[in-house]
Amino acid sequence: METQLKVDLTDFRLETRKWLEENCPMSMRGPVTDAKQLYWGGRKGKFNSEDQKVWFERMLEKKWIVPYWETKYGGGGLSSVQNNILNQEMQRLGCRKPHINFGISMLGPALLKFATEEQKIYYLNQICRGEIRWVQGYSEPNAGSDLANLQTKAEDKGDHFLVTGSKVWTSYGDKGDFIFCLVRTSSESKHTGISFLLIDMSSDGVSTRPIKLISGKSPFTETFFDSVKVPKKNLVGTLNDGWTIAKYLLTHERQMIGGIGETEKKKALSEVAIESIGITDGLLSNDSIRSKIANLEMNEKIFELTIQRALDEHKAGNNSGAVSSFFKYYGTELAMQKEELRLEVNGFNSTEWTSEESNNGVYARYFCRSKGHSIEGGTHEVQLNIIAKRVLGLPSK
Amino acid sequence: MTLVINEEQNMLKSSAKELLDLKSPISLMRKLRDDNYNQFDSNLWKEMVEMGWTALTIPEKYNGLNFGYVGLGQVLEETGRNLTVSPMISTVLISTTLISLSKNEVLKSKLFDEIMSGNKLCTLAHEESSHHNRNVDLSIVSKNKEKFILNGKKRFVIDGSISDYLIVSANSESTGILNLIIVDSKSKGITFDNKVHMDSKIYSDISFNNVELSKDYFLSTEEDGQKILEKTFDIACVGLAAEMLGNIQQAFEMTMQYLKEREQFGVKIGSFQALQHRSAIMFGEIELCKSIVLKALQSVDSDSENLPELASLAKSKLGLTAKLVTNEAVQMHGGIGVTDDADIGFFLKKTRVAQRIFGDSNYHLDRVAKFNNY
Repeated sequence: METQLKVDLTDFRLETRKWLEENCPMSMRGPVTDAKQLYWGGRKGKFNSEDQKVWFERMLEKKWIVPYWETKYGGGGLSSVQNNILNQEMQRLGCRKPHINFGISMLGPALLKFATEEQKIYYLNQICRGEIRWVQGYSEPNAGSDLANLQTKAEDKGDHFLVTGSKVWTSYGDKGDFIFCLVRTSSESKHTGISFLLIDMSSDGVSTRPIKLISGKSPFTETFFDSVKVPKKNLVGTLNDGWTIAKYLLTHERQMIGGIGETEKKKALSEVAIESIGITDGLLSNDSIRSKIANLEMNEKIFELTIQRALDEHKAGNNSGAVSSFFKYYGTELAMQKEELRLEVNGFNSTEWTSEESNNGVYARYFCRSKGHSIEGGTHEVQLNIIAKRVLGLPSK
Repeated sequence: MTLVINEEQNMLKSSAKELLDLKSPISLMRKLRDDNYNQFDSNLWKEMVEMGWTALTIPEKYNGLNFGYVGLGQVLEETGRNLTVSPMISTVLISTTLISLSKNEVLKSKLFDEIMSGNKLCTLAHEESSHHNRNVDLSIVSKNKEKFILNGKKRFVIDGSISDYLIVSANSESTGILNLIIVDSKSKGITFDNKVHMDSKIYSDISFNNVELSKDYFLSTEEDGQKILEKTFDIACVGLAAEMLGNIQQAFEMTMQYLKEREQFGVKIGSFQALQHRSAIMFGEIELCKSIVLKALQSVDSDSENLPELASLAKSKLGLTAKLVTNEAVQMHGGIGVTDDADIGFFLKKTRVAQRIFGDSNYHLDRVAKFNNY
């Protein structure tokens, strides 16, 4: 039985490898260096190249847009072992993901856990076909770290909810088709008066406004709801129990931001430093920067080991104790330290903002953008609160 | 290899914890210190030998248990938690490792027998100055092909005052080749200057005055002295990191307990966010320490070529984290933390010395940078 299984898996690996080699266009291989190289789908989705379209359509036909979801939901029905093999083989060839969508990484897991069967079949199939680009509506002007303080109201009007209020920090809000939202359905209690609602952004009364960041870019919008009618069937989970779903989803978000599954690869900082600062007798010519880089690279290496250990412990059925809050905190902290140190390594070259040589100030803008890492997805301080209370069991009074 | 310990290693860890909690609580360390810095408790050592700890890393060929360094690391983590006073570091971690790398089979069998039975204690006499240096100045002169003469001084020898054998590193005056030689600590011409350090352990400065050495007691050949020594340091650094991991976990847990008990302003001090955030940061740093220590221990057992870098990553990370955690532990205990009555200060003092052994964080970070060509 076990031998049979091993043979099947070897076959699966060889078949997968062959299929990928034959079907993944060469231009769809190699590291992603620009967000444009990814296909985000949706009603307004445009392919950036013919190869991108071909790659998406071939993977779609294979049901490998979300290979590990069940076939009735539009997935490929792969076991976790098969899915790992597929991932390994894709990595081996450097195949890019055919489609990126918050529907896959964030909403999907929540639907699988909390939605009705009818909702799962409808929404998950849409996601697997890349038809809907999903965005997230959590934070509000007065509900950031204190997320449960949210005030966007959904009133029960018999056959529909009437939604009024606004959301802030909606990633790619201007490009979204549907938004999964936390709304207030009862004012009686803070945490148990929140519901999880799916809202079509083409509905009357929905509008967005871009937020320009210190990096000069606008990856986020504000999203406004002015008496928006939302069908009752768009409620996920139990009325007033949306906080449970929100917490579950935040765990996924933190793991994502914390660097697990990071796709973009940059050059090691020590290599950059050798070019910009130089080497004397085999050692980097600036002692102080050298020791800062060594310290950072030590922590990066050990953090990677810690992610691996957490996964191994999880597989072995142990609780590693290293919670998602810790990974979010530490992963973003290291990323921020790295951008800060990059400025020291590159000196004046790194502060250029618009020149062609600096690729439109890419490092200065990375640095500015990194300042948001310790804020989005729950601030550093919120993550530390969670560790202190839930992991260390420190008292509240 | 997965980054988890297996069932056997876990059982070893539990049995170590059980024995040490019972026979070597921190109060024993305090008692030995108060007994004029006594360095050795013979009853405790007997128990350790019976548990097989002196045979853990010795191959079956020499009647050892061949349990590996991941296993030894679990024991050292527990001795670290209990601040256990024993020759585990000098005899079992450092000397046994060095001897096992030797090709002198006759000497090896004899020494392993004596070490496993617990009858003889052994240590490495290497350092010559205040900072770790893998090269030595000390040299020996050959009288003839069989006899050599040793003159000079070694410093900071761990357990020097209780060891039966010293493994001395010394260059041949004529060839400059590094040798590793077993010397009986009672040999004529050896004098000890035993110095108590901050961790209440004695480190000996040892002078050699025309000490005669026999060729039979050379652990190294003409080719492998430096190699054996380097590898011993790498492995020892991993073991020392495992012991420090025990030190800092215990100090951290005692501090968390204190934050949950101590009241000021009518509330538990653990409810203050200023302390909660610093505690959460320490929790994370300790998680990182666990990962690198286990990875480095595994790399010893698998004889990985990455051992030198992993050993330096482990020693530097543990050193830095020990500094953070023991400082915070004393600070969070407040006034009681700086009194001798409280145990928490022992962890501060223990890890400050452990940092210095075989290179501190600065030494090892420098080495990490060199491994990566910058």
